[in-house]
Amino acid sequence: MERVNIVIDNIPVSANKGQTVIDAARDNDIYIPNLCHHEDLKPAGMCRLCVVEISGRGITTSCTTTVEEGMNVVTDSTGISEIRRTTTELISANHTRTCFTCSKNNHCELQRVTSFVGLDPDVDSMMRHRIEQLPVDDSNPFFTLDMNKCVLCGICVRTCDELQGINAIDYVNRGPHTIISTFNNQPLFDSACKSCGECVARCPVGALTFKEFQNPSREARTICPYCGVGCSIYLGSRGNSVVSVRGDREGPANRGSLCVKGRFGYEFVNDTQRLKVPLIRKNGVLVEAGWDEALDLIAEKFSGYRKERFACFASAKCTNEENYVIQKFTRAVMGTNNIDHCARLCHAPSVSGLAQSFGSGAMTNSIDEISNTRTIFAIGTNTTYAHPVLALQIKKAVRNGGTLIVANPKRIDLCSHAQLFLQHRPGTDVVLMMGMMRVIMDEGLEDPEFIAERTENFDLFIESLREFDLDFVEKTTGVPKEKLQQAARLYAREKPSSILYAMGITQHSHGTDNVLAVSNLALLTGNIGKLSTGVNPLRGQNNVQGACDMGALPNVYPGYQKVDDERVRGKFLHAWGADLSDRPGLTHTEIVGAIDRGEIKALYQMGENPVLSEADSGKIMKALPKLDFFVVQDIFMTKTAEYADVILPAASFAEKEGTFTNTERRVQKVRPAIAPVGESRADWQITCEIARRMGAGGFDYTSPSQIMDEINRLTPVYGGITYERVENGGLQWPCPDTGHPGTGFLHGEKFQTLSGKGRFMPLRYIPSAESPCSDYPLILTTDRSLYHYHTSTMTGRVRGLRMLDPGELLLVNPADADIFGIEDKETVMITTRRGSLDVKIKITDICPPGIVSMTFHFEDTHTNLLTSSALDPGAKIPETKVAAARIDRVRA
Amino acid sequence: MDDKFVELFQDFRAKEEELIPLLQHVQNVEGFISETAMKRIASFLNIPESKVFSVATFYAQFRFAPIGKKHIMLCRGTACHVKNAPKILDEIENQINIKAGETREDLEYSLETVACIGACSLAPCIVINDEVKANLTTKAVKKIFRDDRKKNG
Ligand code: SF4
Ligand code: SF4
Ligand code: SF4
Ligand code: FES
Ligand code: FES
Repeated sequence: MERVNIVIDNIPVSANKGQTVIDAARDNDIYIPNLCHHEDLKPAGMCRLCVVEISGRGITTSCTTTVEEGMNVVTDSTGISEIRRTTTELISANHTRTCFTCSKNNHCELQRVTSFVGLDPDVDSMMRHRIEQLPVDDSNPFFTLDMNKCVLCGICVRTCDELQGINAIDYVNRGPHTIISTFNNQPLFDSACKSCGECVARCPVGALTFKEFQNPSREARTICPYCGVGCSIYLGSRGNSVVSVRGDREGPANRGSLCVKGRFGYEFVNDTQRLKVPLIRKNGVLVEAGWDEALDLIAEKFSGYRKERFACFASAKCTNEENYVIQKFTRAVMGTNNIDHCARLCHAPSVSGLAQSFGSGAMTNSIDEISNTRTIFAIGTNTTYAHPVLALQIKKAVRNGGTLIVANPKRIDLCSHAQLFLQHRPGTDVVLMMGMMRVIMDEGLEDPEFIAERTENFDLFIESLREFDLDFVEKTTGVPKEKLQQAARLYAREKPSSILYAMGITQHSHGTDNVLAVSNLALLTGNIGKLSTGVNPLRGQNNVQGACDMGALPNVYPGYQKVDDERVRGKFLHAWGADLSDRPGLTHTEIVGAIDRGEIKALYQMGENPVLSEADSGKIMKALPKLDFFVVQDIFMTKTAEYADVILPAASFAEKEGTFTNTERRVQKVRPAIAPVGESRADWQITCEIARRMGAGGFDYTSPSQIMDEINRLTPVYGGITYERVENGGLQWPCPDTGHPGTGFLHGEKFQTLSGKGRFMPLRYIPSAESPCSDYPLILTTDRSLYHYHTSTMTGRVRGLRMLDPGELLLVNPADADIFGIEDKETVMITTRRGSLDVKIKITDICPPGIVSMTFHFEDTHTNLLTSSALDPGAKIPETKVAAARIDRVRA
Repeated sequence: MDDKFVELFQDFRAKEEELIPLLQHVQNVEGFISETAMKRIASFLNIPESKVFSVATFYAQFRFAPIGKKHIMLCRGTACHVKNAPKILDEIENQINIKAGETREDLEYSLETVACIGACSLAPCIVINDEVKANLTTKAVKKIFRDDRKKNG
């Protein structure tokens, strides 16, 4: 960063080039009064409190002036004081004076300004008029907007506009009647507001305040437990309760920003329903038991089910260390590779598909590179709901002049920021992208040099492209040719271009082909292996990347080292001192099948809820009762735990140490804010206890850092990722040794494939397993809510999130509503080949005609009873995105 | 959406700077600016709905409710003010049962307050549709609306 030298109050200081005078002063611990300034926002120059004298320019606002070499700034003088005093008198005249009961007491900028400026009591009482009672909006469950305390600085309006791109609020009315309000003065609850709380966090006074705010007595710097963005947070606590969350401005993934779940979704930690003691099923009922009794029982039972009669479901919610320990336990103690976790249900095709084409199945770029991308192609990702803080980077790219192309069967919120929206039919992603590649080839927009030097298998691929003439593409996808051409040209020409995708690509019976289409598109245009250029699967859970990295998968040890590679097996055999199976284990869905057939008799599950999350979940509900012995480790009772023989209370993320790896491969530190609730224990401790009681060696860790030491030794990509080095901001793998700075983007020099080249894959169109027919004329697809996470075991226990999204709604296009003769909010019965359930409908044109959509968050609307378990042949992911369905009216 | 807005917007080119002309046009044709109209303007210009509302409420010229058959404008200019305009306002509100800025549900009356209408010598005064009523007293107000009620049976 280039520096310039300036003088403030005769003190020489140095500042960043391009910085404003007010920020430069603050960085040098010099206070300049201000109300409308925020360093994240464009200068507004509205309150005029920040005036300073700059030689040669006279008195001017320091928030709108950038530093220049040799600049001489005076921050106080009689003239300046005079201006500030008058301004302050006017601003404070009609302000409610209820500081003692205001939650901003002690961190209010108006208090700071008035105390700095010094008000004259006589002038103050003279200026104070009748205080009007202005509106207070407390409709939002998490915060209140009180116009009586507003200083009209506009920081909230600019935050919602410049940073969030939501524009829920603005100035309304004019002159003395100006207020901050929503469109048509709706209550915030009913407005466009997404409850991110970013405006509240920035309001300088008590006008926007958090409802449940308590000043914490201590704070732990840790990572949000929800999505894969991996926002860094300060988790505040008092006594043994978690009381606050604030964004960490140093967090590389979020730079202080948070979404509604991350900021307000912590209440579950304190919930009275947390599991606090072990439970053992005796005579059919679960009864409380001591840890010793429970662990001894498990050790004894598990000893009878070694090898292929045992399976384990690990967890994308738990730490790397915990996933490492549980896969080591499964492999070294139980002697089987039957371990998998819910990554199978979300990004298995990314792991297997990208491994074929690039040699590594993870996001190729970093989150902060997104904002500098010129063309973003976002396909099958509802980013503003599922990865809200990452979506801010997309909006920023658009603000920076970039182009956003959204491809999605549904008109998702992200479309409002897009220049181009391709609304293709579900299941036609391969056709859509092959169509784009066809345009690219026909118009000579490919990157021949890149293709020649860095790729292989081009000829076979080109051969397969022949099938996709544009008429066929238009007919199959429903996307007009012109739009497709436009998209192809933008993506190929306006570089850097980057592809973002999520489960709209992967959750198909041809999910791997979809992923390969994505990688073909990138290879063809050379859009990979550079800054802000690449292929980016957005990972769902907070640590789904890490759980995969740690080998909680049936075919690989930590670091994607194959279980059937003799050299690798030798290494782990030696390190762990145990016999290891060279046979890849069963996947999530296959494990359920093997339980059903009576082949697997014992199941050990850590922090998952497959009864709700598994596609076609009637199958798992039928299988689980057939187990001889089922152990569940969790923080709450779940639908799945109801089948367990032993339930062990686990510590939540707020109560333990470890690391999570976010979607950009960044390993970040998780730190405890409170002690484990009740008798709960960290998952790694529990697994180690079971292993020790089974007489196994190598499970004597006394801290997670010892586990990480072992990971470092055995996992080349994590070689240099030590606790010491991830203390501040974490490190991105690959990071082979402690001298390595980590890797921001992948495939810069060469790909990780055997040949070092990116591999084109020929593709053909394989339709989804189910298509509409006369009995099932609709397609049911699945999606996420902004306000809930997964099976809502955590978010469902946050009162405010439940208020914002109280339950399942089947989204139906108005045209379909007409055909079926159903009305908004009516309860209907939806049926697929696997089952039916009752659900309330919402009529909306988010869904095109013929397509209806549900989430799977809610226990009382068990969506996955309906979804299809047609599997991708390679990745074994079920087709959760496409099921033929029918709607019937429920008779009153 | 082949509705009246397509026709209303047909002479515009969907440029952001057309916001105020659009609002004016809608008000001219419709008599006021409805919530739906603001939403449609927002999507037509591809700008946030809150922005449309912000701009519309900034200018005194825009109305958000249909005007009544009788539209009453009460002057709050200085001359009228010192000659008891506030009392007159109270009385009118009393008589027709709505507050300034509102339209009665039966669409009979609407009431708004305006700045000096340039008839200071006749203060305090109101305008009902195009007719000026001058030198008002609360008694005179009562009479105006009593006659009105009679006329309408
Ligand atoms: S909470 Fe977020 S979305 Fe709502 S008004 Fe504030 S910044 Fe906008
Ligand atoms: S609510 Fe807060 S941030 Fe918004 S204008 Fe008022 S004082 Fe400023
Ligand atoms: S974006 Fe994801 S990681 Fe960030 S606060 Fe929201 S849920 Fe948490
Ligand atoms: S802080 Fe500079 S004008 Fe308000
Ligand atoms: S002040 Fe009422 S007409 Fe001038």
